[in-house]
Amino acid sequence: MSPLARLCARAGLALLAVAAIPVIAAWPRPAAAEAGKGVFQPETFTLANGLQVVVVTNRRAPVVLHMMWYKAGAADEPPGKSGIAHFLEHLMFKGTKALPSGMFSKIVANNGGQENALTSSDYTAYYQSVARDRLETVMKIEADRMVNLDLPEKEVESERKVILEERRMRTENSPRSILWEQANAALYLNHPYRIPTIGWEHEMKLLSKADAMAFYRTWYAPNNAVLVVAGDVTAADVRPLAEKYYGAIPRRAVPVRARPLEPPQRAVRRVTYRDARVDQPNWSRLFIAPSYHRGETQHAYALQVLAEILGGGATSRLYQEIVVKQKLAASAGAGYSGSAFDYSNFYVYASPRTGVELDRVEKAVEAAIAELLAKGVTAEELAHAKQVLIDRAAFSHDNLRTGAMSFGVALATGRTVADVEAWPDRIGKVTVEEVNAAARHVLKDTGSVTAILLGTEKKSTLRKAQLAPGSEPADVPAGPDGPGESPGANEPN
Amino acid sequence: MRRLFGLAAIMLIAAAVAQPAAAIDVKVVKSPKGITAWLVVDRTAPVLHTAFAFRPGALRDPAGKEGLTNLMTTLLDEGAGDYDSLAFQRRMEELALTWSMNAGRDTIHGSVRTLTRYQGEVFKLVGLALTKPRFDAEPVERARAQLQAYLRREMTDPNTIAYRTWLKAMYPEHPYGRTVDGTPETIAKLTRDDLVALHRAAFGRDNLIVGVVGNISPEELAPLLDDAFGGLPEKSAPIEIGEVTPHATGEVSVRRMSIPQSVVMFGHGALKREDKDYYAAIVMNHILGGGTFSSRLYTEVREKRGLAYSVYSYLNPFEKGPLYMGQVSTENGRVKESIDIIRSEWKRMAAGEVTTEEVGSAKTYLTGSWALRFASSSDISRMLVNTQVDGNGPDYFTKRNDYISAVTLADVKRVAARLLHADKLTFFVVGNPMGL
Repeated sequence: MSPLARLCARAGLALLAVAAIPVIAAWPRPAAAEAGKGVFQPETFTLANGLQVVVVTNRRAPVVLHMMWYKAGAADEPPGKSGIAHFLEHLMFKGTKALPSGMFSKIVANNGGQENALTSSDYTAYYQSVARDRLETVMKIEADRMVNLDLPEKEVESERKVILEERRMRTENSPRSILWEQANAALYLNHPYRIPTIGWEHEMKLLSKADAMAFYRTWYAPNNAVLVVAGDVTAADVRPLAEKYYGAIPRRAVPVRARPLEPPQRAVRRVTYRDARVDQPNWSRLFIAPSYHRGETQHAYALQVLAEILGGGATSRLYQEIVVKQKLAASAGAGYSGSAFDYSNFYVYASPRTGVELDRVEKAVEAAIAELLAKGVTAEELAHAKQVLIDRAAFSHDNLRTGAMSFGVALATGRTVADVEAWPDRIGKVTVEEVNAAARHVLKDTGSVTAILLGTEKKSTLRKAQLAPGSEPADVPAGPDGPGESPGANEPN
Repeated sequence: MRRLFGLAAIMLIAAAVAQPAAAIDVKVVKSPKGITAWLVVDRTAPVLHTAFAFRPGALRDPAGKEGLTNLMTTLLDEGAGDYDSLAFQRRMEELALTWSMNAGRDTIHGSVRTLTRYQGEVFKLVGLALTKPRFDAEPVERARAQLQAYLRREMTDPNTIAYRTWLKAMYPEHPYGRTVDGTPETIAKLTRDDLVALHRAAFGRDNLIVGVVGNISPEELAPLLDDAFGGLPEKSAPIEIGEVTPHATGEVSVRRMSIPQSVVMFGHGALKREDKDYYAAIVMNHILGGGTFSSRLYTEVREKRGLAYSVYSYLNPFEKGPLYMGQVSTENGRVKESIDIIRSEWKRMAAGEVTTEEVGSAKTYLTGSWALRFASSSDISRMLVNTQVDGNGPDYFTKRNDYISAVTLADVKRVAARLLHADKLTFFVVGNPMGL
């Protein structure tokens, strides 16, 4: 699918991990991660201090995935401190009184483990994959950093440079990311989802140790966290260890998450970004939408079916109409994820074929939406889309990540274990009327943001001027990475 | 300091104890028509994963027709036999079939995922796609337009520019230096005849490798293999690929681009996958720049100085001319500092500055994390194929940790001296670096 599809889903781009290690960086798309079918059949319990624990037994391999989720993310930052949730995520690897900086990662590596962390608007999560007999080890050190963070000033200084490099890499070096950041800021008039998870650069530069510690002390507490353990274990294995290490940490008062809410959105906005680096324009439109947890939540399941019918794949309406029949676009699609504590968004996108004006692509997408609103979806489309979604969910048992992510995201965004388990049933019950009602609720002429990516007029001359003497022109390149040739893919080590 | 648990001491020592062996029981299945597949029976999930590969990959592209292998493999699920593109795509959805093809230089990789209940139908559909692709005009033109749009985006991406240009510099005359995806110009010229000819040349039973993971017995799998692969020609077209030594000059080259952060590719030649020092090289690389948060490059470039979000190195074992390479991205004002550190770490390791403790930690990680690679059917099916591509036997999965464990400090020092050449370490920078 188009990278923009991922960019637009907030839970996609906004997941910022502590380090870019290719092998462990890839998570499944959020939509796929939601599948449940009641077949995960997790065990769940809550410790006396309020820590909720979910155990997803999966005996495929003698390994476990241990994930600690905090119900705090970028949308919970104080004004003017954008990026602090993510900065803290990085600093969590910088030491406690017992384990000085670097030791956490050394211990994980010396136990054959892999680790990382991620931050989104709604949550921050830390995880390790280890052999099942190393679960106690990672629990011990994860529990340690839940309360004993002890940051040397020097580490804070150098890590601030790292997050600024991360922002340059993810955002500044990518015109699409710059546009996405601007479009997202336009979509939310009042809600802090408008602020990029990585932070605005001018605020990131001023983030201090005190800011990080304040966020840590405000939100990191057992009663504001969810522990998910997936793999070759049962609750009987996990419970005594969780009691021993996490159970010893006292409950603390944590603020209620009450972010500023959106007023009615009355005007459509257009966000156009021109950049000399852009050779391939793009068009997308974002509509604010309810999530499972905020707004007209009854539409959340129907919107997933709608996204599948409108733009879920090669047989979808947008793809067949605009890419195959009208031959206007190279790609086109739609997407929606219900997983957000507050609002979500529904998006459509299209990337024009060479020489096709963006206006024509826009009109074609608008016509497809108008047709859908006027005539609704068919019973056949509904049945097909539901089958595709439910079948896809069956693959969620193939790895440990999907189950762990599903429960972590759900519990950090106001849903329950039962909600995850009931997902296929609820998708299966969606009706034609519900899809049409959801479409009318979300795909309105008011309140959308149209995001347009364009090159600059004089781009080709500019590019030649940028070339260093003696270097080759950029249009005689030598070869991209073949997929089987990247690290870890071709060689079983 | 150690009052809380004495963690640092205890856990580092505790690490070296036994790892659970990756319980991978590989069965070699032979079909009535002679197709061989490695099978891992897995009863824990109702899914079936099949991975396969054909060799070579895009190295087959004739000069001037770069991108042909990639385009041809992209089109296999866009119509075959009696199914036109839409009918084929619908059939895939009905069968919960996810199909992906990836052309690399040495290999074309394919993978097919479905639910167990559809497996019989899926293998027939795969067979149709592999043996009777239609290459109809509409999907060919659509795929061409999609590739061109993709390339126009990718070719302005500093990472892509850095990788392509660096590789071209390493292999100025060899097909390894050419692009797998092609350029908008080469893509524009490809014809249906080119696609048909390449399809006939590239796929045979003699250059096919298959790995299957699922809830299926060897007896059930055997006839299905023939449905998918039995209709392929007995032999693919022969092709001669010459050996090559990467042209590593030790220079730092720059492509000016107005972006705030420079993207840097670096590296030089390496040793082959079958080299007796390969496992020592894996251990050495892990210490120098491998994939954990404790490598020397990570520590020196990121942790101590905040010069980058990401820095790593890896062995890229191209069959006829392997590479040792890496990447870093640093703001323009400080990128020279990153390059200097990387070169000095190269020298330090090449000079044999490495300790028993570092080698021990690396081996513990590499052996201990081996089991993590077998946690999903898709991972296992890919491993089954890659292991065969590398020329190893089905016992590799149990033996591999022994190979790593056998590596000594002396081995690491020897391979470092053999492999690492700071004076040949060749950098390519895309950005607006200061002082370069």
